[in-house]
Amino acid sequence: MEAFYEWARVLYDSTGINLPFIYDSYDRGRMIDGFFTTVKLSVICLFFSVIIGIIGAWLQNSPLKWTRRIVNGYIQLFRNTPPLVQLYFFYFAIGTLLPKVTNDYGGQEPILGGFTWAVISLSFFAGAYNVEIFRSGIEAVPDSTIEAAEALGFTRLHIYKDITLPLAFRVVLPALNNNLVNLVKTTTLAYAIAVPEMLYEANQIWSDNVNVTEMMIFMLLTYFVLVGILVWGMNRWERALKIPGFGA
Amino acid sequence: MAWSEDQPMVSIKDLHKSFGALEVLKGISMDVMKGEVVCIIGPSGSGKSTLIRCVNALNDIQQGSILVEGQEVNDHNLDKLELRKKVGMVFQQYNLFPHKTALENIMMAPLLVLKQDKAEVEKLARQLIKKVRLEGKEESYPGELSGGQQQRVAIARSLAMNPDVMLFDEVTAALDPETVNEVLLAIKELAQDGMTCMLVTHEMAFAREIADHIYFTDRGVIVEHGPPDTFFDDAKDPRTVEFLGQIL
Repeated sequence: MEAFYEWARVLYDSTGINLPFIYDSYDRGRMIDGFFTTVKLSVICLFFSVIIGIIGAWLQNSPLKWTRRIVNGYIQLFRNTPPLVQLYFFYFAIGTLLPKVTNDYGGQEPILGGFTWAVISLSFFAGAYNVEIFRSGIEAVPDSTIEAAEALGFTRLHIYKDITLPLAFRVVLPALNNNLVNLVKTTTLAYAIAVPEMLYEANQIWSDNVNVTEMMIFMLLTYFVLVGILVWGMNRWERALKIPGFGA
Repeated sequence: MAWSEDQPMVSIKDLHKSFGALEVLKGISMDVMKGEVVCIIGPSGSGKSTLIRCVNALNDIQQGSILVEGQEVNDHNLDKLELRKKVGMVFQQYNLFPHKTALENIMMAPLLVLKQDKAEVEKLARQLIKKVRLEGKEESYPGELSGGQQQRVAIARSLAMNPDVMLFDEVTAALDPETVNEVLLAIKELAQDGMTCMLVTHEMAFAREIADHIYFTDRGVIVEHGPPDTFFDDAKDPRTVEFLGQIL
């Protein structure tokens, strides 16, 4: 490892290509923290956005008119507004309305921090798309299959949980895959409310070292690899769920 | 009023059913006693399928009465679960759950609906697989089975709920000719075991062989009915004679 750090220093001295996040232990720490913040933010948002999608699609089929209207209103609101505006709305508009708490140093701080707001905002943003994605999958499940379950006495919840959803899931995985890829990329917006994720930390580093070109190339490659891992995982999952003789 | 076995198991009185403005059933009445096998025949669109779908409340009823073991089906407060525990149904398109193996298809309803013990249910399911002559196919998915095999799994799936009445909705209509007999054999054995059956069918020879009573429906009414020999050899109504002349 030490040799690798040293190599980056030599590289800088001999060519001017500046990679302080390798040779400088402080910058390296910032970059690693940023990386894990991005991973953590992505995983949490992925989880909640899928949960929102599943529950939202279930509520969309509710017999109650107002439940359906509220779900559709939510989808329209989050699909028709930019995610950055949503993030600012949550952080600045809602966040400042909430009570403040006293921190360890005796100062006042918002009850919810930037990271929490980013999770809430991005989960609802991606969740709105996920509701529509799951709905398309649910519509692809034949009525006759549902009918067979009804004739066997299944409850609505059992039909959804054990028949509709498992079948819908297999249909929607490619579309879900796309949306989750988008979500991981959208986590960079959390930069705007000072969540110390990868892009934010990269900015800190290039401000100190004036090496924007190097940092941006590094960012591009890192996101490329990160999203690549997600896509690879989703594709494997898709294959694992394949049922003999079902679907194309 | 408590139901006893000397009363009809299924008692239909003056049943009317409309889809919007189209009246499909225009006053049907029939009684099915315990252990009786009833076949309903008639031209396409005469309301045969609709009739038996009303018996387990897959279709709602506008007017009239259906009593299943004394339980009124035409009732807003109908406990559909109670009804469907008593009435099993097999469909034209099998409608198996494609993401479950043959064995799991059979086990699902007893586990989820009747909340029976898993080991017991599995034992029962394996017996039923044997009964419909599908040993060795327990772990196959529906997509890996032929139409006739799928339909026999569907029969076993209904039987797993230990119903008192079985409804068969043109269960051989979608099958390849060479697999029709294996399904008919399964139904015949069921009838011989004393199961009360209502069949909608186009298999006239089969109907003649197993039915205790035949009903001929056309345009939403019962035109003629009687024991098979009288019905097939001595039909009175010109519509029945014409229909039998076309298909025999």
